Amino acid sequence: MTLREIVDKLGATVGLGSDKLDMEVEHCFASDLMSDVLTLKDTPVLITGLCNVQTIRTCDMANLDVVIFVRGKRPTEDMVELADENDMVLICCQYSMFKTCGILYEAGMKPLY
Amino acid sequence: MHQEYTVIEGDFVNAGKASSSVKKTLKQLNVNPQVVKRVVVALYEAEVNAIAHAYGGKVIVDIDADKIKMVVADKGPGIPDIALAMQEGYSTARPEVRDMGFGAGMGLPNMQKNVDRLNVTSEVGVGTTVEMEVNFQ
Ligand SMILES: Nc1ncnc2c1ncn2[C@@H]1O[C@H](COP(=O)(O)OP(=O)(O)O)[C@@H](O)[C@H]1O
Ligand SMILES: [Mg+2]
Repeated sequence: MTLREIVDKLGATVGLGSDKLDMEVEHCFASDLMSDVLTLKDTPVLITGLCNVQTIRTCDMANLDVVIFVRGKRPTEDMVELADENDMVLICCQYSMFKTCGILYEAGMKPLY
Repeated sequence: MHQEYTVIEGDFVNAGKASSSVKKTLKQLNVNPQVVKRVVVALYEAEVNAIAHAYGGKVIVDIDADKIKMVVADKGPGIPDIALAMQEGYSTARPEVRDMGFGAGMGLPNMQKNVDRLNVTSEVGVGTTVEMEVNFQ
C-alpha cells in the first residue's frame, strides 16, 4: 500500500514528507514504548501516541522512516526539523490507536510479528 | 577516531545526540548498516539511562578499523544490584522517564542483545560506567 492510500484511509494530514507519499509499505508496528521500538528488525512504519523528540530520535536509531501519530497529536517544530534531517514522513491522524490499527489491518497492512 | 560528548541530567530533548552523531560517522565509514543499528540502539539506551537515572555524564567513543568502543560514564546514585538491573522488566524510572517512552526495564537488556561485549560497573553514591564494544565484522 502507498503512504498516500494510508493517509486517505485515515483521513489524516501530512506533517512532513508530502513528496514521499508514493512510498510502498507493507508492515506496521504500533507502540508508545520506545525501548520496544528499538528491538525491531527494520520496519518502515510506526503508529504511536507518543509525540516528543524521543519518538523521532528512536526512529533515527531504529531506521524507521514513517510515523503515524494518533489521537490528534501534532509534532512540534523541533520534531519536524529533526525528522526532516532524517528524510522522514510524519502523518497525523485523529483516530485512536485501536481504530487506526484496525483500519490499516483491514486494508491489508501486515503486522511485524 | 576519538569522540566525546557530554550528557546532562534530565536533558531529554538532547538524549540521543551522541548516538545520532555516531550513526553519521559510521555511515560515512561504510560500516554495515545492521551493525550501525546495533551500535546506535545500545548507545542510545545508555545515553537515556545517564540522563534519566543519573546526574549526567560523558560518552566516549573510539572507532578503529574493526570495532567501536563506547563508554558512558555518569555521576549518579549508582546501581546497587547490577544483576537485578539487567533483568528485563526491572525499572525504577520516574514518571517523566516513562513519558519519554522509556522506563520499561528494557534498556540494559537491549544493550546486552546488541553489543559483542558489555561491562557495567557501578559504585553506589558515585556513579555508573557502561562499557560496550561492537565488532564491525
Ligand atoms: N546509569 C544508571 N544510574 C543509576 N541507575 C541505573 C542506571 N542505568 C540503569 N539503572 C537502573 O537500572 C534499571 C534498569 O535500567 P534499564 O534496563 O535501562 O531500564 P529503564 O531505564 O527502562 O528503567 C533502572 O530503572 C535503574 O534503576
Ligand atoms: Mg533505560
